[in-house]
Amino acid sequence: MYNMGAYYEATSVAHAISLLQRHSGPTTKIVAGGSDVLIQMREGKLAGYTLVSIQRLDELRGVYMDDDETLRILPVTSFSHITKHPLIKEYINVLGYAVDQIGSPQIRNIGTIGGNICNGVTSADSASTLLAYDAVVEITGPAGVRRLPITDFYIKAGVVALMPDEVLTAILIPKESYENTHGHYIKYAMRNAMDIATLGCSLNVRLSPDKRAVERVRVGYGVAGPVPMRAKNAEEAGNGRPASMDTVNRAAKAALLDVNPRDSWRASKALRLHLAEELCRRAFTMAITRAGGSL
Amino acid sequence: MIQRKLITCTINGNKIQTMVDVRASLTDMLRNDYRLTSVKKGCEVGECGACNVMIDGECFNSCIYLAVWADSKHIRTVESLLGSAGELHPIQQAFVDEGAVQCGYCTPGFIMTALEIVQSGRQYTRDELKKLLSGHLCRCTGYENIVNAVEKAMKGTAQSIPETISRHRPATR
Amino acid sequence: MHVGQSLPRVDAYDKVTGRAKYTDDLVDKSALIAKVLHAQIAHGLVIKMDIGEALRVPGVVKIVTCFDVPDILFSTAGHPWSTDISHQDVADRMLLNRRVRLYGDDIAAVVAEDEIAASSALRAIRVEYEEYPHVLNPIEAMAPGAPQLHDAFLNNILKQTSAGRGDFEAAIQEPGLIRIEGEYETPMVQHSHLELPVSYAYIESGRIVIVSSTQIPHIVRRVVGQALGMPWGKVRVIKPYIGGGFGNKQDVLYEPLNAYLCQQVGGRLVKLEISREETFFATRVRHADKIRLVSYVRPNGRIVARSCDVYANQGAYASHGHSVTGKTMTAFRQLYHEEKAHRVTGHTVYTNTPAAGAMRGYGVPQAMFAVESHAEDIAAALNLDSLTFRRMNMMPVGFTDDFSKNVNYYDSLNQCIEKGRACIDYDRKRKLYQNQTGPVRRGVGMSLLWYNTAVWPISLEASSCRMVLNQDGSVQVQLGETEIGQGADTAFAQMTADVLGIPFHDVHMISTQDTDITPYGTGAYASRQTYVGGMSIRQTANMLKEKIISYAHELTRMQIYDLDIQNASIIHRPTGNALLSLGELATEALYSLSHSEHFSAEATYQCKTNAYSLGCAFAEVEVDIPLCKITLLNIVNAHDCGRLVNPQLAAAQVHGGMSMGIGYGLSERMLFDEKTGRLLNDNFLDYKLSTVLDHPRLETRFVENYEPTSAFGTKALGEPPAVPVAPAIRNAVLHATGVAINRAPLNPHELFTAFVSAGLIPTEK
Repeated sequence: MYNMGAYYEATSVAHAISLLQRHSGPTTKIVAGGSDVLIQMREGKLAGYTLVSIQRLDELRGVYMDDDETLRILPVTSFSHITKHPLIKEYINVLGYAVDQIGSPQIRNIGTIGGNICNGVTSADSASTLLAYDAVVEITGPAGVRRLPITDFYIKAGVVALMPDEVLTAILIPKESYENTHGHYIKYAMRNAMDIATLGCSLNVRLSPDKRAVERVRVGYGVAGPVPMRAKNAEEAGNGRPASMDTVNRAAKAALLDVNPRDSWRASKALRLHLAEELCRRAFTMAITRAGGSL
Repeated sequence: MIQRKLITCTINGNKIQTMVDVRASLTDMLRNDYRLTSVKKGCEVGECGACNVMIDGECFNSCIYLAVWADSKHIRTVESLLGSAGELHPIQQAFVDEGAVQCGYCTPGFIMTALEIVQSGRQYTRDELKKLLSGHLCRCTGYENIVNAVEKAMKGTAQSIPETISRHRPATR
Repeated sequence: MHVGQSLPRVDAYDKVTGRAKYTDDLVDKSALIAKVLHAQIAHGLVIKMDIGEALRVPGVVKIVTCFDVPDILFSTAGHPWSTDISHQDVADRMLLNRRVRLYGDDIAAVVAEDEIAASSALRAIRVEYEEYPHVLNPIEAMAPGAPQLHDAFLNNILKQTSAGRGDFEAAIQEPGLIRIEGEYETPMVQHSHLELPVSYAYIESGRIVIVSSTQIPHIVRRVVGQALGMPWGKVRVIKPYIGGGFGNKQDVLYEPLNAYLCQQVGGRLVKLEISREETFFATRVRHADKIRLVSYVRPNGRIVARSCDVYANQGAYASHGHSVTGKTMTAFRQLYHEEKAHRVTGHTVYTNTPAAGAMRGYGVPQAMFAVESHAEDIAAALNLDSLTFRRMNMMPVGFTDDFSKNVNYYDSLNQCIEKGRACIDYDRKRKLYQNQTGPVRRGVGMSLLWYNTAVWPISLEASSCRMVLNQDGSVQVQLGETEIGQGADTAFAQMTADVLGIPFHDVHMISTQDTDITPYGTGAYASRQTYVGGMSIRQTANMLKEKIISYAHELTRMQIYDLDIQNASIIHRPTGNALLSLGELATEALYSLSHSEHFSAEATYQCKTNAYSLGCAFAEVEVDIPLCKITLLNIVNAHDCGRLVNPQLAAAQVHGGMSMGIGYGLSERMLFDEKTGRLLNDNFLDYKLSTVLDHPRLETRFVENYEPTSAFGTKALGEPPAVPVAPAIRNAVLHATGVAINRAPLNPHELFTAFVSAGLIPTEK
């Protein structure tokens, strides 16, 4: 039994927004899958909160291709459905792979990709990939729809750029971002299931037509700072360079200029720094191989 | 005032309509209102898998699933597996034969995930099976005989036609 | 013959169908809900508690605080009671404690109509503390000036003992000895049984009835009586199926408080369920040990003298206390037999951490991690083959222990080693993996295992059994010894069937213990039940059989000494004829107009023996040095636990122990915030139990040497499998990398530190 103040169930996005307006306050929260919100409610952090549920909004489920070939991922899609979805497999397989590392099969059946980024935590397994693919978030509020690069969506640990009466309604991946691009995600955790990332690195590359050079590399990290981040120095060290171990090693070293992990009881800063370099190296190597390059 | 909501759902093949406390988890509802005590509480935060049930063909930890969300869903617990004369389902029989049961507390949850696996009609490798079962903790068996039992049940049903599973609507436009 | 066969568990059907009832499945919905308020400081005194606001929470029925409870100190250890005061467990806690000794100590309790009211009330209680400095580790706790937890225990030392053999100082004077020293640390871990600790209590006919998830119902009855200051006969304890215990439920956890709360609300039904988070800090844990070993060895590998100092973290309350450390010390003394002398000291020390109690292996996992890591270190230092080194020094065949009178009847250790090394292809891999370079390396390692069976001669060892014959020739069996998942009921049924000469399915095990009905037995611990329970089953079944045969003699006029029961029939041995079925006899006996008799037998067997249970584990690992990660590739445990009652269940028991050992070696550790003393990882996400994906195939091998002291040739198997796994993994990592890691678990944090200091991970950044 959850210590819940009140419960409102949205029947549409518009209804969700009006419920949020009507019951707005510091103790009102959207719940989608519940695998974060309900747990915090049980812990007492959200005890007595009012919940506005978008769990049953099928209009926010699914993955689609827009007319301009932008990939449109709806936020209440569960992780397991993301992984299984043909469009994801075809165009951004690394995202399906990344969310397949979350928790457990049952958690992946209930947890949603929207919830994963809206809770603002740095360890979110989908976030580093979405950052590394320059995802754009689409937010709907009383005034209509607005779009925001995902890097601007993250404000600080646990806080995202969502007003109290707004709902995340889509995550968009532009064609330019996923086209001819191959990625790899490494979740580093203490065990092989049921774990949160000690550090996560998602990296994708586009190679030159002859597969000899790195045309573009993008690197996203989770748990390397208070929010998921891009590693610009690592990317600069790789962009336009030969697809070689030397480039990979330079990029991995350069990543250390980007990351800023903290010491916590879950892992030391020293271990996380060491891993930041090592994971970048391994993810870069794998991504180049996937893209058809040879090292 | 306790806030309640009317829901209609199917539990183990029985259509029910009931007013549920909005604060209740599906575990609470199944255990307290329907005495389906195969649904166990081990952590209440979705980490152990003891409360695992099948909803519309997919498995969920019912402890972090609100009872109100069950509206219009088909829910199955391990109580639904027995034949009318009390005969065991092949998965249950495999658990007995392979010595996959010890304290028995995690068993119903594992069996429901095994049902999802068997119903898929697919043949998985042992490593794939382990990944599919990784949402369940067991402190007695070291998982060894559980994986053996699920593997046996999966292979045993390779020839038979999988039961119909109702799914979420296909997620393509 | 049923003993020796892999028969299906007697409770399997009920468990796979979800019909098996555990405590929370049985409680009536009308139950009031109790919850406990835990202190938010690690050490201090509760000065004041304001419950005014909490009492106004709708649905709250009663709040009791540490200022209200009876002034009675009690012990929670699930030991047989001793009528000798000097041998009794230390009584050092009350139902609720004003004096706070750990972050999370029990200081108040709420009884409410529902769980939300109860938890809301907990949040509304205001507590004022006088805070004292706290201490989290035993070495600091023993130092002068350290915060003191219990007035009667100077320097926080619950108990300190020493033992030895020979003249140590003289022995180490031998010229040419090589001195090898090592310090080994084991983590504080939690049992993590899947079923939470839960009980409910109500008053009926002026007596308190407690239904509880416990391993030790008869002991719970005694401790509740002691804690509440009431006659023990006024307490009735019922134990249904339980979802694992592993020693945690060999302590009396919250049953006394549950009973007290029930009294405080006029005997109404009160349920007290402990959450997973509370289970971590407020129940029991395994003692975290620091063990220092020094060995004096000849260059050929023969140990001449050795010493051992154990520092065990007792936590805030005594629970099983120094008994556990005592067993750590015994394991050190007995696995290896040096030529001249040894000495060992053990300190069990209070700290402001969760109370340490019994946990699968009872001090021996700690001992084996140290002793077997040290053995590997000695072999490496002397450049000896580690199996040769072990064989030169391990407990010899024929050894008799002066204290327990245990005899090492067989060459079990060598036989187990042979099975293990063959299974894992040890010799070949040991060579193959020498001198590896590169970032990913493999290794194989092993560890021996020393254990014994039951608690004689430290404590009483007795078991009682009752058997009742039905009209159809089937039999009900009751023991105080409990089914906790291990399969005890099935083993007992197999034994009963064999002694009585009836089919397995004609034995009805009454799984539920009820202290009003079930004969006295102390319960599931010390891997004792097939050994001691087997004795009482054999005795009781023989008594029942004697009565049946005597009646058969009346009916058939055949001589008593010529009659037997086989396959549920009365057999005339000289002719081999079946004279009548057991069912016919039983029906006749109950309804006879001339001699009606209800056949039952009940007996206590007091056991005054103990038995070694020996074995080993072999592990193969792959170490990814830059990732600081170990993949366990292969593992095998080999045991001589005597004759196997049920080979399939025996293997399953070993799997579970191995799994626990894998967690102990690789991932499990309770972590505390140094500043506040708060447990940081009190849930299954942050406390890293191994999942199915963290296990390789678990291989098991058995050597079946019939145990001469045992009723069915059996000896300990419940705990031993958990013991040798962690050191085998540690030794395999040493083989792979050349790095000796002396602190378990070998998780990435430990590996990172170790590899950096070994130069395997460069640190120029």
